Amino acid sequence: MKIKKFPYYPGCTLKQTAKNFEKSAMGTANYLGIELKELPRWNCCGAVFSLTSDDVMHQVAAIRNLIRVQEMNDSGMLDNEYHLVVLCSMCFNVLKRANIFVTKDAETLFKINEFMDEEPDYEGTVEITHFLEILRDFMGFEKIKEKVVQSLYGLKVSAYYGCTLLRPREIGIDDPEAPTIMEELIASLGATPIDNHYKSLCCGSYHTVGKDKDIVARRTYKIIEGARENGADIIITSCPLCAFNLDNRQKLSKKIYPDFQYMPVLYFTQLMALAFGKEEEAGFEGNYIDPYPVLEKRDLIHNLKVR
Amino acid sequence: MTKVMQIDEKNVNFLKKVEELSGEKITLCEQCGICTTSCPMVDEMDFTPAGIMRAVQIGDETIIESKAIWVCASCFSCTVRCPRGIDLSKVTEALRQLTLRKNVDHIDLKEVKKEKLPAIAVVSALRKFTG
Amino acid sequence: MAKIGVYVCHCGGNISDIVDVDEVARFASKLPDVTVVRSISHMCSENGQRTIMDDIEEHNLDRVVVAACSPQFQGSTFEKTLAKAGLNPNMVEMANIREQSAWSHYGKPEDATEKAKILTSMAVERIRKKEPVERISMKIGKNALVIGGGIAGIQASLDLANAGIDVYLVEKEPTIGGHMAQLSRTFPTEDCASCILAPKMADAAEHPNVHLMTYSEILEVSGSIGNFKVRIMKKPRYVDENKCTACRECEKVCPVNVPDEFNLGMTARKAIYLPSSTAVPHAHVIDKDACLGLNPLVCGRCAEVCEADAINYDDTPLYVNLEVDTIIVTTGFDIFNAELKPQYGYGKYRNVITSLQMERIIVEMAEGRPPRPVGKDIAFIQCVGSRDAQVGNLYCSRICCMYATKLASLLKRADPSSEVYVFYTDLRAYGKGFEEYYRTAQEIGVNFIRGRPGELMEDAETKKVIIKVEDTLTRKIIERKFDLVVLSVGMIPSPGTIKIAEMLKLPRSSDGFIKEAHPKFRPVDTPVEGIFVAGTAQGPKDIPDTVAQASAAAARAMTFMNKGEFEMNPIKAVINGEMCNGCGICAEHCPVDAIQVKGVAEINPPLCKGCGACISFCPRDAIDLRIYSDDEIMAEIEAALKDKREDEKRILIFADDMCTYTLADSVGTAKREYPPNTYLIRVPSSSRVTPKMMLKTFEMGADGIFLGECEEAVSPYPNTLDVIDENIKKVRTVLSRAGIAPERVNYSPFVTVMLPKFVNTINKMVEIVNKYGNIPEEKRRKLSAVEVMQ
Repeated sequence: MKIKKFPYYPGCTLKQTAKNFEKSAMGTANYLGIELKELPRWNCCGAVFSLTSDDVMHQVAAIRNLIRVQEMNDSGMLDNEYHLVVLCSMCFNVLKRANIFVTKDAETLFKINEFMDEEPDYEGTVEITHFLEILRDFMGFEKIKEKVVQSLYGLKVSAYYGCTLLRPREIGIDDPEAPTIMEELIASLGATPIDNHYKSLCCGSYHTVGKDKDIVARRTYKIIEGARENGADIIITSCPLCAFNLDNRQKLSKKIYPDFQYMPVLYFTQLMALAFGKEEEAGFEGNYIDPYPVLEKRDLIHNLKVR
Repeated sequence: MTKVMQIDEKNVNFLKKVEELSGEKITLCEQCGICTTSCPMVDEMDFTPAGIMRAVQIGDETIIESKAIWVCASCFSCTVRCPRGIDLSKVTEALRQLTLRKNVDHIDLKEVKKEKLPAIAVVSALRKFTG
Repeated sequence: MAKIGVYVCHCGGNISDIVDVDEVARFASKLPDVTVVRSISHMCSENGQRTIMDDIEEHNLDRVVVAACSPQFQGSTFEKTLAKAGLNPNMVEMANIREQSAWSHYGKPEDATEKAKILTSMAVERIRKKEPVERISMKIGKNALVIGGGIAGIQASLDLANAGIDVYLVEKEPTIGGHMAQLSRTFPTEDCASCILAPKMADAAEHPNVHLMTYSEILEVSGSIGNFKVRIMKKPRYVDENKCTACRECEKVCPVNVPDEFNLGMTARKAIYLPSSTAVPHAHVIDKDACLGLNPLVCGRCAEVCEADAINYDDTPLYVNLEVDTIIVTTGFDIFNAELKPQYGYGKYRNVITSLQMERIIVEMAEGRPPRPVGKDIAFIQCVGSRDAQVGNLYCSRICCMYATKLASLLKRADPSSEVYVFYTDLRAYGKGFEEYYRTAQEIGVNFIRGRPGELMEDAETKKVIIKVEDTLTRKIIERKFDLVVLSVGMIPSPGTIKIAEMLKLPRSSDGFIKEAHPKFRPVDTPVEGIFVAGTAQGPKDIPDTVAQASAAAARAMTFMNKGEFEMNPIKAVINGEMCNGCGICAEHCPVDAIQVKGVAEINPPLCKGCGACISFCPRDAIDLRIYSDDEIMAEIEAALKDKREDEKRILIFADDMCTYTLADSVGTAKREYPPNTYLIRVPSSSRVTPKMMLKTFEMGADGIFLGECEEAVSPYPNTLDVIDENIKKVRTVLSRAGIAPERVNYSPFVTVMLPKFVNTINKMVEIVNKYGNIPEEKRRKLSAVEVMQ
């Protein structure tokens, strides 16, 4: 299998509470012949794109990472590859919007390069690419289907996109009103994609910090009930914050809505790992709501040792 | 008793200030209300998104004291639906910044330490709620 | 040797109060070839004109200069005077010393007088080089093509036919009638649409002067006014429309069911079908894609039962070649595709439909065959696909507020126990009877809510549609379940409109509809001579406006055809066959494809618009422009710069006739002052000013050059701003290399209302020239030696 090397930006959370996201992604990527080469000296992207018109300073954190990609190519670590692969939806959103912002005209690019005087100049060549786009555009879901070892037939999976993968339109990896990319992935793995009216309803995001966390719990309830109504077994997502809000906050949802039933929340890469027979790399131990009961019910768990 | 609000340069200046900080042409809002029923957080708000825009349009500065602008989660649902092409998330951000830039934080750091949270949650909350 | 008469007008004080007209007259008498000079109070008066005519006779004058008002004001008056005196009307030139001197420099009478002298000298030098130009006439016949058989096409065809014109009405569907035939009632009178349309359709089909071609498509159009060549394909119907009696027996036996497009997929039709109950021609047609094989071995049941023996499986396309004199485009609209707004659930939720579907439901309900239930709680959502930056349609579709009010009223009156809601942002009831109709709707209890929902939801069990919306007037969020939601979809240009616009090279406006020649004064002309547009192909509108435009287009077409002869605008490009080497660069750059290369380049006069863009690109200087020839313009330029004092700075402004020159006149009329050391040279389009010309102008002494041109939106010439931009860039490159400030040459688009913009632009130009001072002689001399890159 030809190994294709891409620069890879992990972001803070994938090294922290979302280790299973990265683990399952690495396992999956390797299996598909993709090497995700972590950026050397990467820094926190800033988590949110700065929305005021006068803010150049906050773009710096994001752009620094793009300069690292240039360096990787210049030093021979990469062979003319400027598609920076990202897993965390929020990091994807920030990096891509920052990239568009600084390259929209020559003046802005000049200004930010001047601001970052201790860094080499950013030339505007990097393209921020989400891992799902790699799967859809570089590999194609037909190829993914061929690589499935254990079809997830019978498993009803609801895709949860969240906000930052699809909005605003200029950075979205799919149509924000009617996205299909995750459903196509689910179908290629043999599982049944389940629609959810709330598939891109905001989970509440950073309100999970502080006194307002029940705002999140109320959204969690809505999103999961939306999936359950249509018969979903599990929900998949691509964002460590959405995963935390949908997964960990279910306990709080149950406090507010006593009849609420738990539903497991997985990263899409964990689902892929399962379908590729790489259960040990799926990292299910990291998920808050235990996914094993549902997966076992669908006869998808075989490696009891990992359990 | 209906209160009468005097309209003078103070109102126009507030509108201009918010337009400049957000980079959005707030006078373009035609008050259709689509943003309101696209907003996932609207049930938690004291003003609707369209109401926030209207307040800025007529220069009612008290809007920066509303709960609504802090409940906003910057999810961009309004942005992708506005028929006039206005990015409301930038407007609410500008309204928040008017308070934050006066060094008034909207988050108690003690709350942050109470549980193990994803880094992305902490960083984004701090970015959004502190100056 | 020319014999020129120069007439300096006082204009009843308008000129003579500021400009010393006697001094101008004295100055003029010393100019070369000037035989007679007079200074008269009102040149345009009977007396003034008589004086000219007498002088022409007495002194054998062969050309005339009138130093007076703007040529746009009285130019045609003096052309007629010359014609009456037996001279070619071309041979008069006007020096604009009123709008562009006395009026615009009224605060500086001495400068105004000096400028008036220079302007007069420019006119004299130009007229010396002028050649008499014969007007070009072409024969034009009485054949018209109308493309599109909806109400606009039908109306235009009837108007033309009744005036004795032979009309070819081509429609791509198997029946005429367009979308109007699908409607239920029409606002604000609630006339039954098909009832009022049917007689017109019948008239169009039966009129001896209308040659109806349905199920036909335009393949190719070439030529120009008076000489269009059209190739049409008549698609095979497989049913002889002259034999078919529409007994419908064939439908009973046809085994194939497909969605009926006339009913927007809500009902089914057979493979052999009557397009609608009001179809004209009233005959069946076989949908060859749906049919099992057009083969008696495969099926053949319809042919078996057809008593009229009208079915012919071996039917083939028929190709028709026509020659017509004028064309009217009435290709109409389509409705916005509601699937492009997935948040409204069209195509997903069974109880969300479009307004056009609702029209069909109401019609079918009245016939006792409702295609689907309507329920009791019905909602209309306005502006779907219109006024929407997210789908790229910024325009308002004009009819939706009224048709929603109409549909709501019809439903409410049919069932008063129903609740009907209209969710809107603005309610536009602008036309005759519209506001009264809206009032009645409110009276009978239609609910109008000012607010639009972001999305629709479906109740999983009942399948009712849940609308949550902010009532912006009370700021409350309200929610209600509806049995049926109707999306008030807007209008988009139909695929036919887009295709025909491309084929005929008709520009489209930013909203996508066909662009009219002038937004106010030529609403049904297109920029292509001889081609007119009417109805929704030009933009969203209702039926009365459509019919008005259709009649207007017919009248416009008749204006040309009734004369039997058509005089072309004489300003045309001409090729010097000896200089031309057939390289074809000009043909590549002509924006209207008026140049063909057959050995040498040949201009097709009817197509040539006279913009002069081709001239700049010819590497051998082989192209010139009639009426505005190189010699004439250069003579004018030379005269403008003659006898310039050392410290004096002169700026030449090339002004396009339609916009910049008109604007300059308006500035003068409004008595707004600007610096007098600016001299306007009138051109049809500033793209006529070649880089070589501009460099020569600098060489001759100009300190600054400015080009003014119409803004794209109102320009009669396509793409000239691009040509001008390129020309300016080339000149600036040469100037930079010669050490001359490139900002001395510039251009700007103008619209005739922008008075302050004109004054500011001139002031800025003067500032720049003052900043850099005069161009030194040595630098000037180098300029003409430089080869301009083509």
